[in-house]
Amino acid sequence: MPGPTHVQATINGEEVNFLCEPRQSLLEVLRDVLGMTGTKEGCNDGNCGACTVLFDGRIIDSCLVLGVEIQGREVTTIEGLATADGLHPIQQAFLENAALQCGICTPGFIVAAKGLLDEEPDADEGRIRHWLAGNLCRCTGYDKIVRAVLDAGEKMK
Amino acid sequence: MDWIDFATPKTISEAVELLASKGDRARLIAGGTDLLVQLRGGRRSVDLVVDAKQIPELNEMSYSPQNGLVIGAAVPCYLIYADNAIAEAYPGLIDAASLIGGIQIQGRASLGGNLCNAAPSGDSIPPIIALGGVAHIAGSNGSRQVAAEDFCTGPGRNVLQDGEMLVSINIPVPVAHSGASYLRFIPRNEMDIAVVGVGTSVVLDESGQNFVSARISLASVAPIPVFAKEAGDSLAGKPVSEATIQEASEKAIAAATPISDMRGTIRQRNHLVGVLTRRTLNIAVERARGG
Repeated sequence: MPGPTHVQATINGEEVNFLCEPRQSLLEVLRDVLGMTGTKEGCNDGNCGACTVLFDGRIIDSCLVLGVEIQGREVTTIEGLATADGLHPIQQAFLENAALQCGICTPGFIVAAKGLLDEEPDADEGRIRHWLAGNLCRCTGYDKIVRAVLDAGEKMK
Repeated sequence: MDWIDFATPKTISEAVELLASKGDRARLIAGGTDLLVQLRGGRRSVDLVVDAKQIPELNEMSYSPQNGLVIGAAVPCYLIYADNAIAEAYPGLIDAASLIGGIQIQGRASLGGNLCNAAPSGDSIPPIIALGGVAHIAGSNGSRQVAAEDFCTGPGRNVLQDGEMLVSINIPVPVAHSGASYLRFIPRNEMDIAVVGVGTSVVLDESGQNFVSARISLASVAPIPVFAKEAGDSLAGKPVSEATIQEASEKAIAAATPISDMRGTIRQRNHLVGVLTRRTLNIAVERARGG
C-alpha cells in the first residue's frame, strides 16, 4: 500500500505543501487536509459545480481532480477572492442582488463567474447562462444569480 | 474510492511499462471526468492510475492543411475549440467538443478519454467516426492504428489490450467542398446525456449540388457508437435534395438498434435518428458550400 504523497502547489497565491493519498480528490484535500471549507461538496460526481475552483485560471470541478494532480499548479478557491480591502466585486454583486438563499451553491457560482468575467467582462446574459450551466442552484431559480453576474461584469470593466 | 497508487510517467514507453505491469488493474487518466466517477462509484476498480498529462505526445495538438489534425489523447476539449484554425477546419468536431458536459468538464475532459470510455452516448465519437478519425495506439508490442469506427467494442469496452494506450486521434485533412456536423437531442439545453446523437460529414462536387461521398455515425442507439456506412454511401453520386437526404436518414434508422430506457424509447430514438440525420446533413452541406 503506497504511503501519502507530498504535493507542492500554489493555492490562492501562496505556496502550499501538503501530504495526501492519491485517491483523495482536490475537493477532499481542500476541505479535509487544508481546512479550507469554503469550497462545497454537492454531488461529488461533476454534475452540480458546487466544488468549482480555478485551476491554472480555468474553472474545473475539484471533485473530479485528484489532489496529487495539482503538483506544481495554481489553484484559486472562494477563499482567494476577497482582499483586505473588502469583498470581490462578484461577491458584492451577489449580496446586492440577493443572488443566494441557502448558500451551498454560492461559492461555486462565484468562482465560476470569476472564471468567465476575468476573460469576458462583457459577457451577455446568454453567455452567462451557458457558462453557468455546470452549476446547479435549487433555491433561486437562477435569475438573480445571472443578474448579479451581469452587474459584477459592469463593475469589473 | 479504494486505495490507488498514482504514477506520472514522462514518456510513452514508461507509461506502457507501468500499464503492462498491472494489466487490467491499471488505467490511464486524462481529464478523469469519467474515470474518477467510476472509481468512486465502485463501477471500476484499479490499483494504479497512470497520469497521461505529463507525456508530450498525449498533449500534442497540431493542425496543418497538409497533415490534418493530431489531437493527443489528453488534450482537454476547451483547448480544441479555443484554437481558431482547428475550429475553422473541423466545425463538426467543435460541435461535440463544446457541448460535452459544462464548462468545468470541458476544462478537463479529452476526446481521447471520451473515445476510450466507449460510452454508446459519447458525444465526440460520431463526429470523429464521420470525419474518418484514426486512433494511434502504443503498447508493449509496438504501435498500431485503428479506425475510430472499430475502436469501441461494447459499452465501456474498447480494442485496447492490457499494456496498450491511446496516444492520439488523427483526423485527415478536410478536402475541398467538405463539411461536417454533430447534433444531439437532450430534453434540456445543457449538461445531459444524448438521447440520440448524429455526426455526419459530406464531400460535395465543385458545383456544390451533388454528393461525392458522405459518412454518418450515430450515438446512443446501440451498445457501441454506430458507423452507418450504408446510409452515408447511399448519397455518393446523388444530387443534394430532400429526397436523397430522406433516403439516407431512413438507412440511418435501419442501422440503429436502440433500446427503451429512462432517457428514451425505441420509437422516439428511431424518429430522432431520422430527424438528426437530416438536420446534420443539411448543416454539413451548408458548411461544405462555405456557408
